Amino acid sequence: MKKVYLISGGVTKFAKANTAMDFRAMVRDAYDFALAAVPSLDPAMIDGSVISYFSDHFSRQLMAGAMVHDFLGLCPKPSRRVEGGGATGGLCIQSAYEDIASGRMKLVVAAGFETMSRVNTWKGNEFIALASDTNFDFPLGGFYTGYYAMMVARHMHEFGTTPEQMAMVAVKNHGNALHNPFAQHPAKLTVEDVRNSEMVAWPLTRLDCCTMSDGAAVAILADEETAQKLCDRPVLVKGVGTGTDCMRMADRPHGEVILLPHGKKEDYENLKYPGVHSFRAGRMAAKLAYEQAGIADPLEELDFVELHDAYTSSEIQTYEDLGLCRYGEGGDFVERGAPFMEGIDYGLNIPEKGKLPVNPSGGLLASGHPVGATGIMQAVFALWQLQGRIGKFFGDDTLQIKNAKRGLIHSHAGTGTYVAVTVLEAAR
Amino acid sequence: MKKPNKKIRLPETEEGGTLFNLDPLIVKQHYEIDYLHSYAQDSPFFAGLAKGVLLGSECRNCNYRYATPRKTCMYCGHETEWFELPATGRVHTWTTCYYAGEVFLKETPFNLVLVEFDGVDTLFLSRLVGVETGEISIGMEIRPRFLRNSRFKATDVYFVPAAPDGEEKK
Repeated sequence: MKKVYLISGGVTKFAKANTAMDFRAMVRDAYDFALAAVPSLDPAMIDGSVISYFSDHFSRQLMAGAMVHDFLGLCPKPSRRVEGGGATGGLCIQSAYEDIASGRMKLVVAAGFETMSRVNTWKGNEFIALASDTNFDFPLGGFYTGYYAMMVARHMHEFGTTPEQMAMVAVKNHGNALHNPFAQHPAKLTVEDVRNSEMVAWPLTRLDCCTMSDGAAVAILADEETAQKLCDRPVLVKGVGTGTDCMRMADRPHGEVILLPHGKKEDYENLKYPGVHSFRAGRMAAKLAYEQAGIADPLEELDFVELHDAYTSSEIQTYEDLGLCRYGEGGDFVERGAPFMEGIDYGLNIPEKGKLPVNPSGGLLASGHPVGATGIMQAVFALWQLQGRIGKFFGDDTLQIKNAKRGLIHSHAGTGTYVAVTVLEAAR
Repeated sequence: MKKPNKKIRLPETEEGGTLFNLDPLIVKQHYEIDYLHSYAQDSPFFAGLAKGVLLGSECRNCNYRYATPRKTCMYCGHETEWFELPATGRVHTWTTCYYAGEVFLKETPFNLVLVEFDGVDTLFLSRLVGVETGEISIGMEIRPRFLRNSRFKATDVYFVPAAPDGEEKK
């Protein structure tokens, strides 16, 4: 396999509604942003694109990917659409990676978007819930927040996780986003603010959940020779992993934990896994990515993580899937402050602040979640972190992690049905 | 060649369009569809609900029992057989939804439960009716009830607390 590098990226400012631009114009905006950052890239060098958007219901335009490719001026070069629920963007990055790793292409555009403002929020929730089994799950309420609420209720039962620990995730991510000009919902919050906001599905309140967004993101990937020619600070795609699980969470097994390199079987003697409290797909994706990247202990070997926090609860569950702590310790991990940014005052007493920043950008909760763009947005923010260029692109270097060498991005679909994990490393 | 007939016009209606905004121009687009939806290999499950029977599927090759229909076993690939789920189960986990997808908003608040059954390896998603949020707990015994007038949907079955002493049993 050939080495693959991320060399540039662009993101539109995510918004509840961006009616001034359609999906093509938004992607074009993000694409032009990405091109401007690598001025020696002549678009004629581009070999093809991978386009991602999640929902045909939001777009009500089949082959919208072909229209984006057209609008980027890339016809008649190869292109295809990649779709996988919430993991659409992460899968798009991995698909573009495969184009280059295989030697098929040298320079590829990965572009994603979603235009969720085309329907009202509750119709949007209905559309999203069509990504659950429409015979058995959707008719019960058509509501993902309900599914995630059940999962975390079991997590609370198994491990003693608390709603206050979940609320700390919202405080962190919204607080980080105050320094991210692309973010949709920056806010200084307290744990009480989160718990006192409207109950959506017990125990998840409105501030435990991400919102609907319009937005687009673009990443440009290249082989080694092209990356070195075009980019002064390319970032190596060090490892990719993808995992899956049963569409119906009711069908998930209650078996044995899949162990990461640093895990021990005796830690989990009484744990039935994954049940509905954990994401086996996330664990599998992490395991594969760590194996390829040669990571033995992610907490020590990663400098930051951008993960799919559609809910505060799923961020806590994902700490565990990624092996940042053991299963059951995710609530404690956030309570101790490990995933918070060192240089920000959150108004919390958190002794381990800065240990391993998670969602320094603000994540989905605060940056927004235009589904097909989200996983690509993570790649772009991770690229800027590893290039040391957060200050340049955010106009504020508060969120720049000093000497960031290695980061992980995590894109997650369904009730944990597809998960894509990618490890990125600064190349120079 | 004949002269063009200037009187040719499309007949017009007085429907007009619904406008939300002028700049940019935002119009209303309507979309509605009826599907001819087959439950196919899962049909006996839905027919069972109409008869007041809750069916799971079991693999007699590897003895794995699913609380949902699965035509073939996910472990060994063998075709499964239908079996009747136990008369009572327990709350494995739950929530109360105060919001929902648009078509379900009018039903809020409602409780969702994943039900566990003795001797069955997987769970079943359903609604729990007749209890308030504060009265639900993981492990509580519940039992299925069925709509009398079937709609041939997963919601033809719902769960209620298992009959306490004195309450009539079905």
